[in-house]
Amino acid sequence: MLTITLAIVIGAAFGFVLDRIGATNPNWIGRMLNLTNLHLMKTILLAIGVASVLTFGGQMLGLVDVGHMSVKTAYVGVFIGGLMLGLGWAASGFCPGTGLCAAAVGRIDALFFVAGGLLGAAAYMLSYPVWKGLGLLEGQAWTLGTVPGADYPAAFPTLPGDLAGIAIGAAFIVIAFILPRRFSRKRAPAGEAIE
Amino acid sequence: MVMNWKYGGLALGLVFFLAVLLVKPIGVSTQFVILDGILWDMQNPDIVTQTDEGYTSTNAYLAKSGGKYAKSVANPINYSFVFVGAMMLGALISTILRNSVPKGERMVPSIWRANYGGNVLKRWLVAFAGGFIVLYGARLAGGCTSGHMMSGMSQTAVSGYVFALGAFISAFTTALIMFKQEG
Repeated sequence: MLTITLAIVIGAAFGFVLDRIGATNPNWIGRMLNLTNLHLMKTILLAIGVASVLTFGGQMLGLVDVGHMSVKTAYVGVFIGGLMLGLGWAASGFCPGTGLCAAAVGRIDALFFVAGGLLGAAAYMLSYPVWKGLGLLEGQAWTLGTVPGADYPAAFPTLPGDLAGIAIGAAFIVIAFILPRRFSRKRAPAGEAIE
Repeated sequence: MVMNWKYGGLALGLVFFLAVLLVKPIGVSTQFVILDGILWDMQNPDIVTQTDEGYTSTNAYLAKSGGKYAKSVANPINYSFVFVGAMMLGALISTILRNSVPKGERMVPSIWRANYGGNVLKRWLVAFAGGFIVLYGARLAGGCTSGHMMSGMSQTAVSGYVFALGAFISAFTTALIMFKQEG
């Protein structure tokens, strides 16, 4: 029962924050991806940095269970799937999590995204043996460095994985701060007001 | 009104950290498969079956990795599935408190309107096709923006960087071609 309570609390916090940062809004996604307003990009970079520093810092202090890490396998299909997701993400302005949240906040077009998503997931369920047969799903669950106490193979075995995590996390935070609010042209960033 | 990135990034980062601290990294796209499995199994109860060791499925994808997806289909009250339901609830609470979606936005978002006009069907068709490509790609990749990009990169997972590279190459290209008007 505790895990279900945690699912409700963490899940609700996640959805709440996604809506408050503008991630459920296709306009903010679109302006980030056409480089006219990088505010959401700064939010995402800072979030990855904060999570990374806290996770690996907590591990080094013994406060975070290394066993809670879950590193996904890297294989050719990850890149191909990433290309596909990016195309649909930019065209629709939704990704799986934000699309569901956008439907929940009353965006009708997001309902069509979710319906298309259920069909796309079903299509993958049926075509999975083809990808597997091509050998494009084979790979290793690498981390960059060797994380103490974890079983994951390291891409750079001599690199201390926890320190690397903190350093990369810090780099994400620095990039979040120095990234300009817009790249293309020189006017003020497109979009609505920010609190 | 959107939260300033400094507070928003901190809040989002804390949520991802709390998930790893208390349970496991956040991920969403698998649950589209689980819901498909539940619906499919309702139509045809032979899809997911119980075995001596756990669960399996006539569908190779649901049966993979020792039937872990088949198990979730058979037991929908599990952490990851409830998490996604709660996520939608959290977004709903946010919009009830702040009314984040103006009326004219509900059918067609303004960036779409600025580039392609107010034709509702055109927008819905692209949203549907986009959803299909996004979820097909996410399942091929084994994760989406939350699982691969956010959770993955914050754990220094190589797969997370590979995924983010692919996703941003095509996303920037697509958006720069499709959305010339800022909206």
